Amino acid sequence: MAYSNKVLDHFNNPRNVGSLDKRDPNVGTGMVGAPECGDVMKLQVKVNGEGVIEDAKFKTFGCGSAIASSSLATEWLKGKTLDEAMTIKNTDIVNELSLPPVKIHCSVLAEDAIRAAIADYRRKQGARQEPVGTVQP
Amino acid sequence: MKTPIYLDNHATTPLDPRVLEAMLPYLTEKFGNAASRNHSFGWEAEKAVEEARNKVASLIGGAPKEIVFTSGATESDNLAIKGVAEMYAERGNHIITEVTEHKAVLDTCKKLEKHGYRVTYLPVKRDGLIDLDQLRDAITDKTILISIMHANNEIGVIQPVGEIGRIAHERGVLFHCDAVQGVGKVPLNVEADHLDLVSISAHKIYGPKGVGALWVRRKNPRVQLTAQMDGGGHERGMRSGTLNVPGIVGLGEACAICQREMAAESARLLGLREKLRRRLEAELDEVYVNGSMEHRLPNSLNMSFAYVEGESLLMGMNDIAVSSGSACTSASLEPSYVLKALGVSDDLAHTSIRFGLGRFNTEEEIDYVAGRVIEVVKKLRELSPLYEMAKEGVDLKKAQWVAK
Repeated sequence: MAYSNKVLDHFNNPRNVGSLDKRDPNVGTGMVGAPECGDVMKLQVKVNGEGVIEDAKFKTFGCGSAIASSSLATEWLKGKTLDEAMTIKNTDIVNELSLPPVKIHCSVLAEDAIRAAIADYRRKQGARQEPVGTVQP
Repeated sequence: MKTPIYLDNHATTPLDPRVLEAMLPYLTEKFGNAASRNHSFGWEAEKAVEEARNKVASLIGGAPKEIVFTSGATESDNLAIKGVAEMYAERGNHIITEVTEHKAVLDTCKKLEKHGYRVTYLPVKRDGLIDLDQLRDAITDKTILISIMHANNEIGVIQPVGEIGRIAHERGVLFHCDAVQGVGKVPLNVEADHLDLVSISAHKIYGPKGVGALWVRRKNPRVQLTAQMDGGGHERGMRSGTLNVPGIVGLGEACAICQREMAAESARLLGLREKLRRRLEAELDEVYVNGSMEHRLPNSLNMSFAYVEGESLLMGMNDIAVSSGSACTSASLEPSYVLKALGVSDDLAHTSIRFGLGRFNTEEEIDYVAGRVIEVVKKLRELSPLYEMAKEGVDLKKAQWVAK
C-alpha cells in the first residue's frame, strides 16, 4: 500500500510524542483501542484557566496511519478551546492525510481519543468544583 | 550494498542467473512444442523437458516418469487433493489436513466439503508441529488422503513428514505433501519419507514463476488421479495443456542447483539467520520467536516484537523487504491464522515479522537489517503507550480496553 506524503511525514517526524502527568487535574487522558485489535491510542490534553488546550501529547501502538492520525490530532488540538476541539471530525483527518478506506478506522480512533481525553478532563473538573458532602444551609 | 534489501524469500525468490541462462534458448530459437513428434523443433523441446524431469525427480529421490509439470504449487495442490478425492471416492470420503496449511490446500479442502467430503483439520501445538497421536486417532476406514505440508510458509516450521508418511502407509492412506518451502532447502526423499504426492514450485527455489510440479508415486502403491483439466492428454493424462518448456527447463535447472549446493547453502544461511536472531534477542527486550527453533528451515525466522505493531515496523524500515503477520498488512483485518493456530495471542500476532533469507543475501546485509530492526523497534516503542504501561508494571492482559 502506498502512503500519502503527509502520513509519511507524521510517521517519520511524529509531533508531540510523550506523556503528561495523568494525575494533574488540568490534564485529560483518553486511551482508546485494544492491543488485540492492533491499535491503541493514548491522547492527553492540558487545559489552561481560560479553557484553552495549551498542550497535547500522544503515544500510539498501531500502523503508520494510526500514528499519523494521532500526531495530526495533537497538532490541531493545541490552541483550541474544548468546544472547538469537540468539532474535530474523523473525516477531517481522512481528508488531511488522504487515508484510504481500509485506514478510516484509524481516524475514527483518533476522534474517539480526542473525545475521551476531553471527557476525562471535564470529569476531573466537575469532581473538583462539586465538593463532596456539602452541608445544606 | 544496495537497498532495498530483499528478505522475503518465502514469498518468492529472485531468478538465479544460471537458471535464466538455461532458459533463454527456449524463449528464443528453441521454441518448439514438446508434443510435436514429427520434427526436430519438437524433439529438441521434448529432450529439454525430459532432462528437466530427471533433475526435478532426482532432487526428491523419485523417478522421472512420476513428475507431472503444472503451472505452480497451487495447481499441484489442487490436482493432488481433488484428483485423489475424485479417483478414490468409492473407497472413502475423508481427508485429513492441518490448520496451518497454505490456502491452496485449505481452500481446496473447503471446496471438497461442499461436495460431500469430510475434512479433519488437525490443530498444531505451540511449536507449530502436529501431534502424531492426534493424526493416528483421526484416521478412519473412510480416510483416503492425508495432506500435511513439509515446511510452513509463515513460520518455517518443518513437520515430521517421514513419521506422518509411515503412519499413512501403515493405515493404507495416501500422503500428499506441499513441499514448496522445504524442497531444495532441506533434504526430502519420497522413499525415506513415505510420500505419495509432492507439490513443488519453481519460484521458491530461484526458478521462474508460473511453473511447478506434482510428483505422483507410480508403484507401491500406484497413485491414480482424476485430471482436473481436460484436453490433449499431456503428462500421462493427468494434466493437459502445452508444456511451458522454458519454465520447465528453469525448474529443472533450479532443482539441479539446489541438489548440488543445498548442504553448503543451508549451512551458510543458518549461520546468518542465527546471527540475526542472536543480535535481536541480545539488544531488544520482549522479542519472541514464533514456532519451533529445532524443527525449522535454516533460512527462516518469524519473530514478535511486543508493543510494536507490525505494519508500522515495516513502514519504519522501508529499505528492507519483509512480511508481517499483522492484520493491517492484509485486507482481512485479521492477524495471521497461522500464528493464531500456534496459540500466539492477537496482540503479539500483530507485532510479528517474517524474515526469509535467501541465496543472494550477504552477511553485510544481515548486519544492516539487524541494526535497522533494533533502531526502529526502539523508536516505535518510545511511541507505544503499551510499552510505557508495561514498563510501569501494568498488566496489559488485565487492563480495560475501550475497543470499537
